Amino acid sequence: MTKTLFERVWASHVVKQLTDDVALLYVDLHLIHEVTSPQAFAGLKREGRAVRRPERTLATVDHSIPTGDRSLPIADAVAARQVDVLGGNAREFGIELFDLTSPGQGIVHVIGPELGATQPGMVIVCGDSHTATHGAFGAFAIGIGTSEVEHVLATQCIALSKPRTLEARFTGSRGPGVGAKDLILALIGKIGTAGATGHVIEYTGEAIRALSMEERMTVCNMSIEAGARAGMIAPDDVTFAYLKGRPRVHTGEAWTKDVARWRRLRSNSGARYDTQVMLDASRIGPQVTWGTTPGMVADITARVPDPAALGTDAERHAAQRALQYMGLEPGTPLAGIPIDRVFLGSCTNARIEDLRAAAGVVRGRHVAARVRAMVVPGSQRVKAQAEAEGLDQVFREAGFEWRNAGCSMCLGMNDDILGAGERCAATSNRNFEGRQGRGGRTHLMSPMMAAAAAIEGHLVDVRGW
Amino acid sequence: MVKPFTQHRGRLVTLPRRDVDTDQIIPKQFLKGIERTGFGPALFCDWRYRPDGSPDPGFELNSPAAEGATILVTGPNFGCGSSREHAVWALAEYGFRAVIAPSFADIFTSNCYRNGLLPVRLPAPEVDALIRSTEGGIHELTIDLEKQLITDDRGFKTGFRADPYGRELLLRGLDEIGRTLLDEPSIAAYERRHP
Repeated sequence: MTKTLFERVWASHVVKQLTDDVALLYVDLHLIHEVTSPQAFAGLKREGRAVRRPERTLATVDHSIPTGDRSLPIADAVAARQVDVLGGNAREFGIELFDLTSPGQGIVHVIGPELGATQPGMVIVCGDSHTATHGAFGAFAIGIGTSEVEHVLATQCIALSKPRTLEARFTGSRGPGVGAKDLILALIGKIGTAGATGHVIEYTGEAIRALSMEERMTVCNMSIEAGARAGMIAPDDVTFAYLKGRPRVHTGEAWTKDVARWRRLRSNSGARYDTQVMLDASRIGPQVTWGTTPGMVADITARVPDPAALGTDAERHAAQRALQYMGLEPGTPLAGIPIDRVFLGSCTNARIEDLRAAAGVVRGRHVAARVRAMVVPGSQRVKAQAEAEGLDQVFREAGFEWRNAGCSMCLGMNDDILGAGERCAATSNRNFEGRQGRGGRTHLMSPMMAAAAAIEGHLVDVRGW
Repeated sequence: MVKPFTQHRGRLVTLPRRDVDTDQIIPKQFLKGIERTGFGPALFCDWRYRPDGSPDPGFELNSPAAEGATILVTGPNFGCGSSREHAVWALAEYGFRAVIAPSFADIFTSNCYRNGLLPVRLPAPEVDALIRSTEGGIHELTIDLEKQLITDDRGFKTGFRADPYGRELLLRGLDEIGRTLLDEPSIAAYERRHP
C-alpha cells in the first residue's frame, strides 16, 4: 500500500462514502469557542437535537474576550453575552468549558495540544480556520463553518470532499535567527495564498524533522494562509515526548500501545502526492510581509517590491492597492520601516518557546520610545509557565505590556486594536486590510523579529544582533 | 434548512479584486452576535462606508447600477481567510444568491452550500468577460443549477460544474443534519469499532 499520512487518517475515519468524492468522516475531537458556536447551539435547540458526544467536545473562550484584568467584568456587553451564552450551552449540553476564570483557559489551538487532547491520527475540527495547527501532531485538523459545527455537535461527523495532497519538502537546515514562522511564510510567498486550495499539505524534509513540537504547530497553523484545508506532519519521537504525561493522554501500557500505533502514521516511501514543492531551508532568511496578504512577503534584506515589475495585471493591481493601504513606496528597504506597535501573541506564535525566543532578544534592552508593545500569552498555562521562568519580568522591564491569554490583537475583536495608520510588527497570521483595526497596517514576522523591531522601533534583521 | 436554489435570474455587480478575504466581507466587530441575522448592513463595511459612516461612492456596491444586484462577480480566491460563516450570512442577507469567481477558498465554499448561496467557478477569462460586459451598465444573468448553465439575453452561455454534494444540498434545500441522522446506524457501528 502506498498511502500518504493524510490518506491513512482519512481512510480510518470514513463512516460512509456519500458520493464518489464526499465521505462522512468521524470526528474524534471537536473544539468550540464563543464566536462561531452560539448559532449552532441555537439550531440544535430549535430542532430539539442533542450533542452526540459531549465528551469529545471541548470549549473555551478566546476570540472576543479582553486580555486585561480578569477580576473585572467584561466591559463590552455584546462580547459578555457571547461568553455567557457559551457557558450556558456548555452546562446545558454537558461540555467541558475552560472559562475566563479557569487556569486552563487559552486560545483553542494552544490548549488542545497543551492538554494532550490533540493526538496523532485524529480527525479534529473547530469553527476556526487555524485548526490546521493540530496537524503538527499528525492529525487531520480542519476549520469549519458554524453550520458544520452544528452538524458535528449533532452527529459527531462531518461530510467532506476528499482533498488532494501537496508535499512541502524543506531540505537543508535553517540558519540562526530563522524560525518556523520564516519557513511557512517563505512557502506561502512561493506558492501564493491560494497555492494549496483544495489540498492537505504534508510538511516533510530534514528541516521539518528538526523542528520542536511548538515550531511544528507554527508551521501547520498557517497552512490555511496558503489556502490549504489542513497541514500535517508525521508524528515521531519529538511528538511523543511532547505528549507524554499530558492530562488527556494514556499512561502505562495503554500509552505504549498508542505510541506503537502512532508510529505507523507516516507516508510510505512510495506514496505519491498530487503536488510537490521543495524549499531549501538554508536559503530562507527572516521573512516580513509588506502587503495585505500573507503571500505578499519577502526576506528582511529585500526592498518593497515595485508593482510595475509584477507579471500580470491582476498582480500589479493587487500590489498597488496593498502598498497604498500599507503606506509604502516601492524600493524602500524593509529593514528600517518604522513601527508604532508590536504584538507578540496569537495561535501562531504565543507558546512558551515563542515567548522564550522573544525574551532572549529583549532581555536587558528597552522598547523604543514611541513604540507600544504587548505580549499576549497563548494560554493561561503558558502565562504561568513564563512567569515561573521570570519571562514576564524580562518583558515588563523592557517596557512590554504583559496580558492575559486570548486571541487579542490578532483579529482585534476585543479592545486590543490598531488605530488608523498605525503600523504593527505582529507575530500573528494575517495582515489583511483592517484585520487588526480599520486602517491598521500589519507586518507579519517571527517572535524574534518582532521583539527586535520593538527594541529598534523599526523592522530589523535579527541576525545582525 | 438550506434555502433551495434551482434557477435564479438577477443583476450582476462586479468587484474586480483578488483575494477578497472574509475579514473584508464581514469585519470582526460584527461577529459578537449570537444570531444568524443582522449582518447584511455590515457587508464589506470598511469598503462600503467611509469612516464617518456615509456610503463611499467609489465602492462598487454603492454604484446606482448595483442597486438590487443578486449576483456578485469577483476575482480569484474569494472568501479566503477566516472560517466565519458570518461572511456568507452577510452576503445572503444583503440579497446575493450567487458569487461567480475563478476560484474560492475551501471553507467559504462549504459555508455557501449550507446557506443557499451558490459559488460558481468559471475560468478567469470568462469572469473577466463578465466584468467587462457589466462596465457602466446593467447586466442580468440566468443561473440554472439543475443544468449547470449560465446564460444572458446577449448570447452569453457557459456551463459550470458545482460540487455534486453541495449542488444537491442547494437544489433540494436539504437539512444536512437530518440527512446524516438517517445514517445513525453507520455512525453507531463506527463508534462500536472505534471505542
